[in-house]
Amino acid sequence: MVDLSVDLGFLKLKSPVLAASGTFGYGLEFKPFYDLNALGGFVIKGLYFSPREGNKPPRLVETPCGLINSIGLQGVGVEKFCQEILPQLAQLDTAIIVNVCGEDEDEYARVAEYLNHYEGISAFELNISCPNVREGGRCPAQNPEATYRTVKKVKEVSSVPLITKLSPNVTDIVSVALAAQEAGSQAISLINTILAMAIDIENRRPRLNNIFGGLSGPAIKPVAVRMVFQVARAVSVPVIGMGGIFSAEDALEFIMAGASAVQVGTANFVDPDVCLKIINDLKNWAEQHGVEKISNLVGCVKI
Amino acid sequence: MLIDRQARIIEKKSWGNYYLFRIESPEIAGRAEPGQFLMIKVSNHLPPLLRRPISLHNAENGAVEIFFQVAGTGTRLLAEKEVGSTMDLLGPLGRGFTVEQKLKGQEVFCVGGGRGIAPLYFLARKLKKTGAKPVVFYGGRTKEDLPLTNKLKELGLEVMVSTDDGSAGFSGLVTALVGETLATRSPAFLYACGPEAMMENLAQLCQRKNLPAEFSLESIMGCGFGACFGCVRKIKRNGQPSYLKICQEGPVFGLEEIVWQEKENG
Ligand SMILES: Cc1cc2nc3c(=O)[nH]c(=O)nc-3n(C[C@H](O)[C@H](O)[C@H](O)COP(=O)(O)OP(=O)(O)OC[C@H]3O[C@@H](n4cnc5c(N)ncnc54)[C@H](O)[C@@H]3O)c2cc1C
Ligand SMILES: Cc1cc2nc3c(=O)[nH]c(=O)nc-3n(C[C@H](O)[C@H](O)[C@H](O)COP(=O)(O)O)c2cc1C
Ligand code: FES
Repeated sequence: MVDLSVDLGFLKLKSPVLAASGTFGYGLEFKPFYDLNALGGFVIKGLYFSPREGNKPPRLVETPCGLINSIGLQGVGVEKFCQEILPQLAQLDTAIIVNVCGEDEDEYARVAEYLNHYEGISAFELNISCPNVREGGRCPAQNPEATYRTVKKVKEVSSVPLITKLSPNVTDIVSVALAAQEAGSQAISLINTILAMAIDIENRRPRLNNIFGGLSGPAIKPVAVRMVFQVARAVSVPVIGMGGIFSAEDALEFIMAGASAVQVGTANFVDPDVCLKIINDLKNWAEQHGVEKISNLVGCVKI
Repeated sequence: MLIDRQARIIEKKSWGNYYLFRIESPEIAGRAEPGQFLMIKVSNHLPPLLRRPISLHNAENGAVEIFFQVAGTGTRLLAEKEVGSTMDLLGPLGRGFTVEQKLKGQEVFCVGGGRGIAPLYFLARKLKKTGAKPVVFYGGRTKEDLPLTNKLKELGLEVMVSTDDGSAGFSGLVTALVGETLATRSPAFLYACGPEAMMENLAQLCQRKNLPAEFSLESIMGCGFGACFGCVRKIKRNGQPSYLKICQEGPVFGLEEIVWQEKENG
């Protein structure tokens, strides 16, 4: 029997496979396809304090082995989430992580404060890295100081463990990761999408109404593996890796690069039950390779 | 909503750029309603990354049918599949057309432009079963764009065709043909699927005539089942227009609900 469980210190997961924020709706959308309890957990779509309309369509464009999105965090806001959605997730026996968003530091803190009062949330994932809500894709994760301030502010009010999600759209990912750790983040997750653009050459216009969007999918995997590797070597808190994971083999690359757990994003759109398949394939791979505990592989890449 | 990874193609027909597949998939066929759609994996390899949305053209005897036009890479790969090979289908998805019992005995118009005819065959069959009298309007650029005319006639329906170049049937846009027909006949309902401009035009006609109607909208879809929020359009449902997911709340919407794209952009 392979042991898939992962101990992040502040949270024990049944398996290292989580579904990524914004690609798993509020979880409920996936209930028809499989028993969500098989997951290590899932991250809820980004949540602001108030409901948000999101960006004007078109919001999606497919590129070779990738997807650029400019959803802009359309969502229900904390009140409706806690009243209507969270109770439906309460019966699940898997980690439920809320992706916390804000226009400014205060809003992040307000969201965290509001959610503190509700049962059933295993951790917050601070989304300081969404490229789709501010002009030119700016976000706190683009510099260590803003990262430190935002994480610190949420840490002060939060009674739930904190994961900070980083942006790849930076020159020095390690300095941002260290700032988040220093401010009290108990884990680092990365990467969010890569700022991108596509042009329709027939009408000479950007394909997305928003002009820019975030690139995800297999196209970004090598960039993500590299960043996970760099960050995992620099920080002492656990790292959760993501970016283009479509198979158990992809997940293993991230684990070997230093990720204690992984998140699966875009792949959920293509195969709604892909997380389940990845978990089973991980188990088989470990059996075939005589690995008793998946977490023994974390950071095992030989340099 | 199911995933059928082993749906076998049992029949394939093609006319130029248009293709019709009959695919064995008993469980999806058993649940399918007109106006719903499938998300189809066009290839087992990447790219393309995403599934493609295709309407249910029919569902009968444990099989579904799809009718599509090659529009790009994904649909081209789909068209290359042969009888005997299997496909990976997700469906049935979305909310289809409403067919009320009170349409029994009444005349109803089904208007399809180009590939938009796809879901209307399935709908017309259901309407007929309900006891309504569907009249199908089928418009295309030229007579090559109307490959389903005979199949529709074989249902025993009144079928009126139009071509932009006059090579078959009424010469002009299908909307003009519908407009002309409405001068002498008063259907109880209108259903439409086709290019945005055609549907918007029909919507104006319906408003003028006080004719209740439903339209099947298209949008670029990331998932097809409500998870990505990529497919939204402005829709008026319960008050103010807001971004609703076409894949889940639609793709079929009522006349009064739709904010037409030009208006939204303007
Ligand atoms: C609910 C729904 C039902 C549909 N039913 C049918 C059907 O029964 N028969 C049929 O022939 N077509 C149907 N379509 C359209 C079909 O999905 C697109 O033609 C197809 O996705 C294009 O993919 P591609 O890879 O061939 O083209 P691409 O190379 O991806 O694109 C070619 C062109 O098609 C446009 N396009 C891409 N994706 C979509 C999309 N999801 N919807 C509309 N346009 C798109 C692109 O903007 C581009 O202009 C339906 C679309 C929706 C949303
Ligand atoms: C449509 C879409 C919406 C997303 N929304 C969010 C979000 O709300 N919050 C967030 O932190 N990340 C969001 N992401 C980023 C993903 O969680 C993930 O970091 C990224 O897509 C890379 O993983 P992938 O290649 O496996 O998709 C979104 C991604 C996509 C494709
Ligand atoms: S296509 Fe993903 S939500 Fe509609």
